[in-house]
Amino acid sequence: MISRIEQDHSRFREIIRGKIRQNLRKYISRGDMVAPKGQGTVAIPMPQINIPRFVHGDNSGQGVGQGDGEPGDPVGGTGKDGQGGAGKAGEQEGGKALEVEVTLEELAQIMGEELGLPNIQPKGTHSLETRKDRYVGLRNTGPESLRNFKATYKRALRRQVAMGSYDPARPVIVPIREDRRYRSWRTDPRPQTNAVIIYMMDVSGSMGDEQKEIVRIESFWIDTWLRSQYKGLESRYIIHDATARVVEREVFFRTRESGGTMISSAYKLCAELIDAEFSPEQWNIYAFHFSDGDNWSVDDTATCIQLVKHQLLPKCNQFGYGQVESPYGSGQFIKDLRSAFAKNIALVTSEIKSKDDIMDSIREFLKGGR
Amino acid sequence: MTQSLYSPSGQLPPALRDLQDEIKSYADEFGLDTFPVVFETIDYRHMCEIAAYGGFPVRYPHWRFGMEYDHMLKSHTYGLSKIYELVINTNPCYAYLLEGNSFVDQKLVMAHVYGHCDFFKNNYFFSHTDRRMIDGMANNASRVRRYMDRQGVSNVETFVDTCLSVDNLIDPWLPFRRKESRRAPEPSAPEVDANGPEPGRLHNTRSYLEGYINPPELLAAQKAKKKQADEAQKRKNPPHPERDVLGFLMQYAPLEAWEADVLGIIREEAYYFLPQMQTKIMNEGWATYWHSRIMTTRALRDDELIDYADAASGVTAMGPGQLNPYKLGVELYRHIEDRWNTGRFGKEYDECTSLSQRAAWDKKLGLGRQKLYEVRRMHNDVTFLDEFFTEDFCREQKFFTYKENRRTGRLEIEGREFGKIKQQILQQLSNFGQPFIYVVDANYLNRSELLLGHRHEGVDLKMDYARDTLRNVERIWRRPVSILTVLDDKPKRIRFDGAEISMSDEPAAFRV
Repeated sequence: MISRIEQDHSRFREIIRGKIRQNLRKYISRGDMVAPKGQGTVAIPMPQINIPRFVHGDNSGQGVGQGDGEPGDPVGGTGKDGQGGAGKAGEQEGGKALEVEVTLEELAQIMGEELGLPNIQPKGTHSLETRKDRYVGLRNTGPESLRNFKATYKRALRRQVAMGSYDPARPVIVPIREDRRYRSWRTDPRPQTNAVIIYMMDVSGSMGDEQKEIVRIESFWIDTWLRSQYKGLESRYIIHDATARVVEREVFFRTRESGGTMISSAYKLCAELIDAEFSPEQWNIYAFHFSDGDNWSVDDTATCIQLVKHQLLPKCNQFGYGQVESPYGSGQFIKDLRSAFAKNIALVTSEIKSKDDIMDSIREFLKGGR
Repeated sequence: MTQSLYSPSGQLPPALRDLQDEIKSYADEFGLDTFPVVFETIDYRHMCEIAAYGGFPVRYPHWRFGMEYDHMLKSHTYGLSKIYELVINTNPCYAYLLEGNSFVDQKLVMAHVYGHCDFFKNNYFFSHTDRRMIDGMANNASRVRRYMDRQGVSNVETFVDTCLSVDNLIDPWLPFRRKESRRAPEPSAPEVDANGPEPGRLHNTRSYLEGYINPPELLAAQKAKKKQADEAQKRKNPPHPERDVLGFLMQYAPLEAWEADVLGIIREEAYYFLPQMQTKIMNEGWATYWHSRIMTTRALRDDELIDYADAASGVTAMGPGQLNPYKLGVELYRHIEDRWNTGRFGKEYDECTSLSQRAAWDKKLGLGRQKLYEVRRMHNDVTFLDEFFTEDFCREQKFFTYKENRRTGRLEIEGREFGKIKQQILQQLSNFGQPFIYVVDANYLNRSELLLGHRHEGVDLKMDYARDTLRNVERIWRRPVSILTVLDDKPKRIRFDGAEISMSDEPAAFRV
């Protein structure tokens, strides 16, 4: 039987989860609220559910304390929510933020429900399969190297006690052939789907901090969702201005270069990366490119379209292009892409005007279930 | 399940049972007068569960208990806090010990529990509480469950949420007044009025001007007006501002039977827990005083000293900028005991101005213990502090007032002025820190709107909460609801008409 408190507890969790659902947009558009916290969990600061009552407002930070000190000395703490559960001074509860830890999987599930995302169909049938041996039990035969000493000893002891040949005064146990136990194993086939996300970002002068923040939040959620769908997700980060290079995750979000923009450089590098490391037969490849849509020249845009058409799209499950609005960019690139690939469902474009559009953009990217 | 929880035999390991006998004998020796105490050891999950239910094994289903449980379990798991003991005000008195606590901790806890139990039994403010509340709570729980089965879980839960919004609006003195209010109202009042001076009659020393100064028709009109006003006053509901808002709503709000019952349950439980809020400092102080006394003079063994000192200092530790009720309470009791032992009270002592004489004052009266028992019987936190928080005590214990420095946002020590400190403490404690809210009129504007009044005592209401609470009251009353209050020194009336909140100025602040 589930204890009563568990019922109340799960009720509370449901409400909290309901809260997450309703306010999910808010959490997502505020990046600082979603802090990955070791061990694959996320701490979401969650306001405690407070029942409204007629209570006194803040009495402008007054109170009584006890201890040494001269007038003017600072009083440690804020006089509120003390430990020991007994603070009488300032009993009013402030807007205490309670962090509810949700695992990333849970979060992805919640997001999936909220956005109505379909589960992703793994690409092809020839997904990579590995075998893994696991020791699961004991058996009577086997190589000596796998003999389980403890189990063997126990069998022998039991046999000797049963036969009456056990002498407590002289407890010598001699195992015979039948007593021996060996560890046995089972081979589990493990279907393994491998996925890689290649993030590309325009870091030319026109991409400001706010634009990068949007990219960071968006890529976090895409990452979270795809991770819930694949085991062993790899990610690669490419930044580009007029030239492109592969960088670490930290660098990806921090760098600010200045200079021109040649998107084709990134696409070229991406194609090379795929050819070198991730063969399309074995990998589910997702490429996302974020830019403010301001490309160097019409020629370069034509090169990009060629690259996407012949190199990237055939290899990727999906190619996503997110255009972040910036005060400098012309935003032309998305129009060019759209006109070139109007009918190709593997290419998804999305415009992100502000943080509030992130949710819609993610839905746009992931609704295909590819 | 509940059966095993309460079997007074079993469960307690023999060592602890012996310990209980030992502690009990000390408690008896000191003259503590307790209900029988039933101890039980439980693991921390179970402890958190019972603590979340306010000490009871069964409460009605509600998410906030789950929330409490969640908080406690988490803060226990992460080592932020630890519940040592739980004791509830029932007869017999049930107390829970945390499984796996060290022996000396259990010893301390048992002594502490006997202190609480004595307090529950003897303090006047607990005298009206139901000592069989375990059954009461269980009955309430099964009634709420039944309503949930019939009305749907979320309907009932939503209504409970709504009711909890007003569960602090109760009258602490009601339990002690009930018997009087049942009597028929005094019939003599109107007669006195009739014999009194005629309304509107002006003073007149010249009898020949009587007809001009007090024309009869005007007098008659005035009389009729007064009569009408009296009638209105008589019809007015409630006749005087009523603090038991919960009770008033239960009686007069257009509720369905089950709703009225749920509201009644919440009111009943609120009144049950009320004395514990009224006597927090006294109760904890009393228990701390007794565990300290029993441990240090009787129960403590040599090798347990360090552990005991560690635990005991944790209980009375003072956080900066806050009052620890354990610490404040126990020090105040000790101070009282010392004063009455040495005779430092009364006119003679108060009027003595020689510092050295005061310091050496000792009449060897030895009345301390007797006085302590008297204090624990008669006082609640407010009267306790009002009576015994003296200037000497304040100085000895190094109290100070603090204030937020507006420039830095830091809290800084403001000063050590006795009058101010005492006023601040009493203000924090009065009405257990809750605002005074009254039902003023149930037929406000003759539109059967509900008018509440907030008696402003220097601190404004928290506005966002007040608005949401008003919404909830409207859901119970089902007609527009207003509250008179004061905001930034301006009298205001906040009204919720079912659709929107409006605020208007009032000529004067609400006073009783």
